[in-house]
Amino acid sequence: MVFLGLVGMVEVFARKAIIVGVISLGHTLLLLTGLAAGLQAAARAGRRPIPALGAALLAGAMSGVVVCAFIVVGTSANLRGMFVNASPALFGLLSFGRGTAGIPLVVLAWTVVSLLGGTFAILPPAIRRPLSAGGAAVLLLGLFQELLQLLLQEGTIRPLVRAFFFDNDGLVVRGAVTGLAAAVVWSAVRQRWRPSIRTRFLHMTPRNRRASLYLVLLLTVVVLFYLPIFLGEFVSQVLVFVGLFTLMGLGLNLEVGFAGLLDLGFVAFFAIGAYTVALLTTPEKYALVHLPFWAAVPVAVLVSLIAGIFFGLPILGIRGDYLAIATLGFGEIIRLLVLSDFLKPWLGGARGIVNLPKPVLFGFEFKQFGQLFWITLAASALIAFVAARLRDSRLGRSWMAIREDEDVAEAVGINTINAKLLAYGLGGAFAGMGGAIFAVMIGSVFPQSFSLLVSINTLALIIVGGVGSLPGVIVGSLFLVGLPELLREFSEFRFLVYGAVLILMMQVRPEGLWPAVSVAREFRPDEGPSPAREEALATGGEGGG
Amino acid sequence: MGRTFWQRFSLISLFLWAFRITVVLVVVVGTYGTLSSGKYGPAQWIDIVIFGLSQGSIYALIALGYTMVYGILRMINFAHGEVFMSGAYTAYFAAAALNGFGFLARHPFLGLLIVLVVAMATATGVGLLVERIAYRPLRRAPRLVPLIAAIGASFFLQYTFRGFFGAGFQAYPDWPLFKGQMVVAGIGILRTQAVAIVGAVFLMVALYLFVMRTKIGTAMRAVSEDMEVAAMMGINVDRVIVVTFGVGAAAAGAAGVLYALVFKQVWFFMGFVPGIKAFTSAVLGGIGNIPGAMVGGLFLGLIESAGPILFLDGLGIPAPNQLKDVFAFTMLVLVLIFRPTGILGERLAAKKA
Repeated sequence: MVFLGLVGMVEVFARKAIIVGVISLGHTLLLLTGLAAGLQAAARAGRRPIPALGAALLAGAMSGVVVCAFIVVGTSANLRGMFVNASPALFGLLSFGRGTAGIPLVVLAWTVVSLLGGTFAILPPAIRRPLSAGGAAVLLLGLFQELLQLLLQEGTIRPLVRAFFFDNDGLVVRGAVTGLAAAVVWSAVRQRWRPSIRTRFLHMTPRNRRASLYLVLLLTVVVLFYLPIFLGEFVSQVLVFVGLFTLMGLGLNLEVGFAGLLDLGFVAFFAIGAYTVALLTTPEKYALVHLPFWAAVPVAVLVSLIAGIFFGLPILGIRGDYLAIATLGFGEIIRLLVLSDFLKPWLGGARGIVNLPKPVLFGFEFKQFGQLFWITLAASALIAFVAARLRDSRLGRSWMAIREDEDVAEAVGINTINAKLLAYGLGGAFAGMGGAIFAVMIGSVFPQSFSLLVSINTLALIIVGGVGSLPGVIVGSLFLVGLPELLREFSEFRFLVYGAVLILMMQVRPEGLWPAVSVAREFRPDEGPSPAREEALATGGEGGG
Repeated sequence: MGRTFWQRFSLISLFLWAFRITVVLVVVVGTYGTLSSGKYGPAQWIDIVIFGLSQGSIYALIALGYTMVYGILRMINFAHGEVFMSGAYTAYFAAAALNGFGFLARHPFLGLLIVLVVAMATATGVGLLVERIAYRPLRRAPRLVPLIAAIGASFFLQYTFRGFFGAGFQAYPDWPLFKGQMVVAGIGILRTQAVAIVGAVFLMVALYLFVMRTKIGTAMRAVSEDMEVAAMMGINVDRVIVVTFGVGAAAAGAAGVLYALVFKQVWFFMGFVPGIKAFTSAVLGGIGNIPGAMVGGLFLGLIESAGPILFLDGLGIPAPNQLKDVFAFTMLVLVLIFRPTGILGERLAAKKA
């Protein structure tokens, strides 16, 4: 706990964004750490108030003392030779700008905050939920203030809203209070009404249920279609990235989630798709032919599919974690080969292939991110549909059988070789489509874009979303791709957070945020048919439709 | 879409055979081409071999950690490369501090010892922490779960170090004593490489004796044979696992020092490639097999330094040294495909089947 505080704090100072003009993001993070410490300690001590509060008190005091020791060491000795972030600014932040004189205050502050956290832990849920919703709302408003301000610039009413919530530096106090109040009320209301909505949904006739699902789906599509126009270029770019990673995630999900083949070289297919499109459309000297984008994409998908099958052939016999390492090796081989002088005459080496033309459809050029978003959206929707149909097909069931036990699957007559090759091939094809769109979006391809980190990123997002779950892929890519892009302050710590998230998820919620039904059942066998499961079933139906 | 077993079987094996033949052809034709061109004299070959050995001995030292952990827990400690990196990084700070007041010039060997101890201590600490936080809670989980946690731990460590110490390269201080060349039996060797080889071999022998001769070493071997039976015999399995992680991490930390001596720089991402290569070495020698890891490491080091020139130069491929890592990764994939039990390892193969 205390260790976590230390590691986190060393980096805190870099996050300088002011939230309310009262509290900075750095302080917020410290505050959250303190609250979490208290919460943890209290939760461990059980739900009875006295021991819980005592534990929280102790944890807070201990954290405070550690922080003070850190301040003393940091201010008396110069640590910057080693720790680049151990700057005076950090210690100023930690000691509330008072140096060593602030120590009693620091200990007190940590104790109080931790105590608050502890109190929070023993509150009944009916009070706890609205409170945490309110806190989250303020935090979100503050974090996304730049984005929100950007969105609220035009029109007649929007600037008024903006002026109410924000000034030039960020969120103002009246905005924060309003946000808090709104979230508290909303959360309380939701607690009241949500179960009834759910039961109403579940008690509808199947036909009505379907109809309402389709209605929701249609609404989503319409909203998504108009999104880029409303949101502007920057957010659209982020959405395109989210869409691309959704494509990749859907592909990797076929391999990891459905067939249980952990593939760490997945970026290779992404690269193959991108390079195929580049070679087919570029006006430069590397061009093989000059095709329009729309003709090049199917070729790219086909090439990636074939590459996936060839990639799968030699490693058919490898299983489990050996497979992960072998695929990792494959991915790196592809990247290094593309980067080398050996293939430079054909692929352009480190410089890559540039000047790819943008796609044109009936004279309409998809130039801007907002327009490219439509292509990504269409592709994602198509692929998600294909993936859902595959999941429910004979092939999908064979994959799942292989995931559960390969030997048994073979014994009951599944052609494991074909099924595995198809998993690689189709997964590769999905990623190839992502790569194709990526190539035209950036307008150039070079090997640096296809590092191992892309594979890890994709893997992380399907795990966070829920292995084998289609909506999970979208949730995962929104969280892991969209959020870090929007929160520029965090993007530096992106992989730090990914690492922590992967470890944490594996321990706390290995089935993911939005798990597939079967996986959830496997990890929580004791829960049986719960409302959550029914909900998952219902939404599973939506994913299929 | 062949329907019968034989049709399918023959298609796949045909492909694998074609694959094998291609590899052999590349090797033979390339070697012939290089040797007949006479571009490289004996002195250059000796340099290449020595460089390969010094690199290989470092890989071997790291590989020990992979192999011991795999032998006991059947899991790939993906974060092992980062443990190595943590050792190298702290070694850098220790060496820089000692160098600051001229200690390294006065007592070079004592200095090396101190740096080694610091690095090993840090690496052990990091290794144990990873075990405690990321792996121990998942010991009973499905196989892929700990592997994913390990990948997470690996990234977490990398970016923690990046956050702590910055994203750039740090230049390692020069040991005055280890500058330049020395001549052994008529062959010139860079002193740093000699130190790396000797140090690595010394540590490997020590580790081998530790596993073979001490009580806890015997317990380790017992646990890797059969964890449950070992527990029934009164062995504290948890403690053995901790010791295994600790010893492996210490070896990786020492390897970090030696690596930094040879390559003279450290950065936060330095653990990834040597980590993968060390894993390759462990697999090459037969994972779970300690002498195997040593042999595998030396073999991989040699292949990597000599292979690109020997095999590819003769084929007329420009700048073969750029493809060094491709070579290592290809080795990895080839071994996993064709001989997953490794050169020396039959022991585990029988057990897994």
